[in-house]
Amino acid sequence: MERLGKLPKLYLAIVFIILYAPIFYLIFYSFNSGGGMSNFEEFTWEHYAAVFEDKRLIIIVLNTIIIALLSALLSTTIGVIGALAIYFMRNKKMRNAVLSLNNILMVSPDVIIGASFLILFTMIGVKLGFASVLISHIAFSIPIVVIMVLPKLSEMNTSLIDAALDLGASRKDVMTRVILPFIKPGIFAGFFLALTYSLDDFAVTFFVTGNGFSTLSVEIYSMARTGISLTINALSGLIFIVTVALVIGYYAISRKTKMPLAGVKK
Amino acid sequence: MNKSRLRPIYSIPYTAWILLFVLAPIALIVYYSFFDLAGNFTLTNYRDFFTSVYLKLTISSFWYAFLITLFSLLIAYPTAYLITKTKHKQLWLLLIIIPSWINLLLKTYAFIGLMGLYGPLNALLEAVSIGKQQILFTDFSFVFVSVYIFIPFMILPIFNALDKLNPALIDASRDLGANSWTTFRRVIWPLTTNGVKSGIQVVFIPALSLFMITRLIAGNKIITLGTAIEQQFLVTQNWGMGSTIAVFLIVFMFIIMLVTKGKEKGASDHGKAR
Repeated sequence: MERLGKLPKLYLAIVFIILYAPIFYLIFYSFNSGGGMSNFEEFTWEHYAAVFEDKRLIIIVLNTIIIALLSALLSTTIGVIGALAIYFMRNKKMRNAVLSLNNILMVSPDVIIGASFLILFTMIGVKLGFASVLISHIAFSIPIVVIMVLPKLSEMNTSLIDAALDLGASRKDVMTRVILPFIKPGIFAGFFLALTYSLDDFAVTFFVTGNGFSTLSVEIYSMARTGISLTINALSGLIFIVTVALVIGYYAISRKTKMPLAGVKK
Repeated sequence: MNKSRLRPIYSIPYTAWILLFVLAPIALIVYYSFFDLAGNFTLTNYRDFFTSVYLKLTISSFWYAFLITLFSLLIAYPTAYLITKTKHKQLWLLLIIIPSWINLLLKTYAFIGLMGLYGPLNALLEAVSIGKQQILFTDFSFVFVSVYIFIPFMILPIFNALDKLNPALIDASRDLGANSWTTFRRVIWPLTTNGVKSGIQVVFIPALSLFMITRLIAGNKIITLGTAIEQQFLVTQNWGMGSTIAVFLIVFMFIIMLVTKGKEKGASDHGKAR
């Protein structure tokens, strides 16, 4: 392998600096006692204190976490069932058709998903708010779970199933004692990605959230539209720490299970 | 092998999901695109779409998406290439990915400060005696921030393609007397076009439909198809026109996917971003 020269190193360094500059810039000014993101006056924790004192903001954070956990749990359940259904499909054409349908929500622009779900909820009379946000998050997380679980299923040796059946295992046994343990890493990766999709989503939530309900992304959007507020900076510092922890967690899972690092989100 | 004995009869929730959240929404968008504000069944939305206003909007949306994709590619390709040459390439790749996990809104918000009149970018311009410039709310800021957001999604599939490349091919090309440029043009590039294609796919489609960056960074001066849809649905409450624009966006999406479809199986699986 050739070593990197000076110029390529410089190039990479610039790319990395630009990638991280905005994030550290935000965090840096979260400690500024002055009001804005220029002129650093004095070090202070006051903006972090403000985050923890703001009851409304805390409720929004809790909402965001509850939605993320619930939607990840439910979408993982439905997604695993879906992956099994696709895996056991005998008709190849049918299988490809279902797979294409599965992937539509993954490539669709958020705006389209948001707008079409808004129409759907209004048509079938789901009140906009917690329920509509939760259902949308489940809906857009299902395909990613399917995508993470399917490769694990196809890696599985089918004679395992046959052997279990021949040895007198019931269908339920085969499912809970052979298939599910084997695809567990895929299920975890799917759950994890569903969780982060939900935590991060802005556009879809923006469409289907009513007046009384808000998640962190939507809240940051409306705060940012009114201008700079260092509470957002403090919040971003906290989110950065949580994100890095999540990434390391995901990295550990993907290393252990030799999953490719597919988990890039929008 | 007897797969059918295990065919799950409980695939109902998944099937229901496909019907309700994949097929129904598309059908509803198409259905709504035929109604005007008063609720009459009509084709006027489609006629209106081809008026100068919407046509201009579509063209400018495509132009910006093209610029964003082009600059992302120009920056991402060398970056991906150089990362494959580093010692701990998986670690460096992870470092590229981490920013993409930070909430999109926060990163965008950061640029409001960075590019503001009293922000560090302007301070820098003043220091090199160019003087203060209005950076925020310009085409430049919009394209820059969008490229910033999309770069990891472009790097990842290209990295995967480059990483799979057999180094013996490059050695062979060099041994046969090709210089670096020829090696790149005739060997490396053709073998990584699938990665580039899926990179283009994951950048171009979202770039057509950005709407929060246009509002926060471009100050409503730039309208993309996404902004227009959001405007029609949530501000004007003209769901018919919004749906019509959405129908065209869906059509464009399918065309782009067809064009950028990798020939080899599994090429587009890498670096899948939603």
